[in-house]
Amino acid sequence: MCTACENLVDPKQIKLDEVIIKYQYENGPLIPILQEAQEVYGYLPADVLKRISKGTRIPLAKIYGVVTFYSQFRLAPVGRNLINVCLGTACHVRGGANVLDVIEKTTKIKDGETSEDRRYTLEIVACIGACGLAPVMSINGQVYGRLEPENVAEILAKYE
Amino acid sequence: MAENQRILVCAGTGCASSGAHKIIDVLQEEIIRQGIQDRVSVVSTGCHGFCEQGPTLIIEPQQTLYTQVKPEDVPEIVAQDLVGGKLVERLLYIDPLTKKPATTFANSNFFAKQVRVVLQNCGFIDPEKIQDYVDNAGYKGLTNALKMSPDEVVEEVKKAGLRGRGGAGFPTGLKWSFCRNSPGNKKYIICNADEGDPGAFMDRGVLEGDPHSVIEGMLIGAYAIGADEGYVYCRAEYPLAIKHMEIAIAQAEQAGYLGENIMNSGFNFRLKIRAGAGAFVCGEETALMASIEGRRGMPNVRPPFPAQSGLWGKPTNINNVETWSSIPHILKNGAEWYTQYGTEKSKGTKIFALTGKINNTGLVEVPMGTTLRDILFDIGGGIQNGKAFKAVQIGGPSGGCLPDEMLDLQVDYDTLTKAGAMVGSGGLVVMDETTCMVDIARFFLDFSQKESCGKCTPCREGNKRMWDILDRITKGEGKLEDLDTLENLALVIKETSLCGLGQNSPNPVLATLKYFRSEFEAHIVDHKCPAHVCTALLTYSIDAEKCKGCGLCAKNCPVGCITGEKKAPHQIDEAACIKCGTCLEKCKFDAVIRL
Repeated sequence: MCTACENLVDPKQIKLDEVIIKYQYENGPLIPILQEAQEVYGYLPADVLKRISKGTRIPLAKIYGVVTFYSQFRLAPVGRNLINVCLGTACHVRGGANVLDVIEKTTKIKDGETSEDRRYTLEIVACIGACGLAPVMSINGQVYGRLEPENVAEILAKYE
Repeated sequence: MAENQRILVCAGTGCASSGAHKIIDVLQEEIIRQGIQDRVSVVSTGCHGFCEQGPTLIIEPQQTLYTQVKPEDVPEIVAQDLVGGKLVERLLYIDPLTKKPATTFANSNFFAKQVRVVLQNCGFIDPEKIQDYVDNAGYKGLTNALKMSPDEVVEEVKKAGLRGRGGAGFPTGLKWSFCRNSPGNKKYIICNADEGDPGAFMDRGVLEGDPHSVIEGMLIGAYAIGADEGYVYCRAEYPLAIKHMEIAIAQAEQAGYLGENIMNSGFNFRLKIRAGAGAFVCGEETALMASIEGRRGMPNVRPPFPAQSGLWGKPTNINNVETWSSIPHILKNGAEWYTQYGTEKSKGTKIFALTGKINNTGLVEVPMGTTLRDILFDIGGGIQNGKAFKAVQIGGPSGGCLPDEMLDLQVDYDTLTKAGAMVGSGGLVVMDETTCMVDIARFFLDFSQKESCGKCTPCREGNKRMWDILDRITKGEGKLEDLDTLENLALVIKETSLCGLGQNSPNPVLATLKYFRSEFEAHIVDHKCPAHVCTALLTYSIDAEKCKGCGLCAKNCPVGCITGEKKAPHQIDEAACIKCGTCLEKCKFDAVIRL
């Protein structure tokens, strides 16, 4: 029987342990650790939270409290394409809600949801700082500005 | 023409998202192709402030300003201007009021009427190079401060009359003295860069474009207060600001401005960055400190004030980015110089972020006391598409909307608070006749009630109830007595909430009720939205007589709810219609009716 994989450790877990060690002498390390862990895994699975709890000796309940307080942290994985629609003030007065409407109708998901085929995750954000280009959305970090409802579907279609 | 030239390309978040990096790449290639790389350099700078016209670039020393530049324009700029010495007229900025092109940035209305103190380096230096900052009198303020005693530095800041730029307007020098006089040998200072107000981005502009000015301000503050450790708490939504700050801190450490025995003065200071994790309430001092400590960002009851017991129970002083960034200028040029700007009780300059239905969206810096009319119409270039001005929202979710008749107000802390708004962080969102004020009030409450941390009842429950009422009104289901209930609720929430979020969240509602009550009444009594915004009160239909059956509406409808044969009148499926108004805009025959 092949035993080659017995000594294998998940490379993500190695990174996670490095992160925990990096902050071991830091005051108030929890949020930076969670942020870097989310960068490694894309979200914060329960096992990761348990490992952070063990490594930092911070109770799991407290970690869960922090994770659910801040909107940046995710307990579920995101889809292949993350759509951030800005509904900050500038985007709101320049018609951001219409853009959101079209996205919701096209992707059939609402704020915070991921489509069943995992193609899209939709998140509403309050200001990505491109107010001059309002209304804006970003997909996987690429910003699309001066949007009109009629050309939104076309942009979405580009993301498989 | 053989003189040395610098091309300053804005690579702030706004211009970067409209393609500034591509422009920089093409510029560099093109300059080499034309063989002028020895005398022309390309600098990637922070925000020029002129976001509406982005991507923008400025050519020095001529000060030529090119706007809305596309990569395909670059060869023409290089060949015609840099090599040929002739302006590329079609890329110059056209003033929306005079319709004349501005040949230099200094003679465009947008820049000419500003007084740039805090923003003076933004857009003119490379924020990733400490030498650029030092060459522009950087760290001079620190040098001066280290020659004074800490008490003298506090006095100087007091004399300058600087007030906290984060919103509340508390005198900075006084705040410092509280922390300085607090017993204890370990003290912290914090830079609040958790700029959460939607529609405000001046702190981002400064962090991205001139990070060393914040570091220098904090160094001076730390020396005056007696702190040896500091944090910059920056919201995670500003990745570029965090990156530039990280680079700046590393360079300042290497150059000996941060660390042990700074400039041989015996003074030590370390600075760290903490990224926020997406919670608006963390802009509140005590919540911010809880967040740095790794806890849920919930505010605490004061006293004790942070100056007595702050971060990890130690005396702590918090100021925001713009405040810290003003400090080096005060120490460099003296308090007297600083007080030449501003009004009797509000000294210096303030940065405002212009957004909404205004021609020149962007960052502008003016002396305190400038009137709103000057900011919006002279610098801001007036309202987009020739529409009528309706209101300006100032101070974000904690501020209020001011109507036309208040435009001649001098902008300072006390005048605005009296008028029912507040300077807040300095976001100015302009609204025209197509903006519904009830919808705006609901929008801000929606924001506040979602961002409420939930610790105290008035804010958690009260804002939700107010939102419910406003939502009902926008759907045409409101009652007249709702307006009294709103006012009552608002006053209770203001009086009894724990922190600034709750105490100020009813302001947008109170101000709109005060100045735009008739719009609320139109929604309630006539079931009409005068601005045609509230979708529940709108119906779209097609006038069969006017419709030529061209199909333009059906082609552009984003949800495909318009059907009809070619050359025959079309119909709108009301159930599927999202009421976006695209058909109304596209129809050439005025056949779309909006009721």
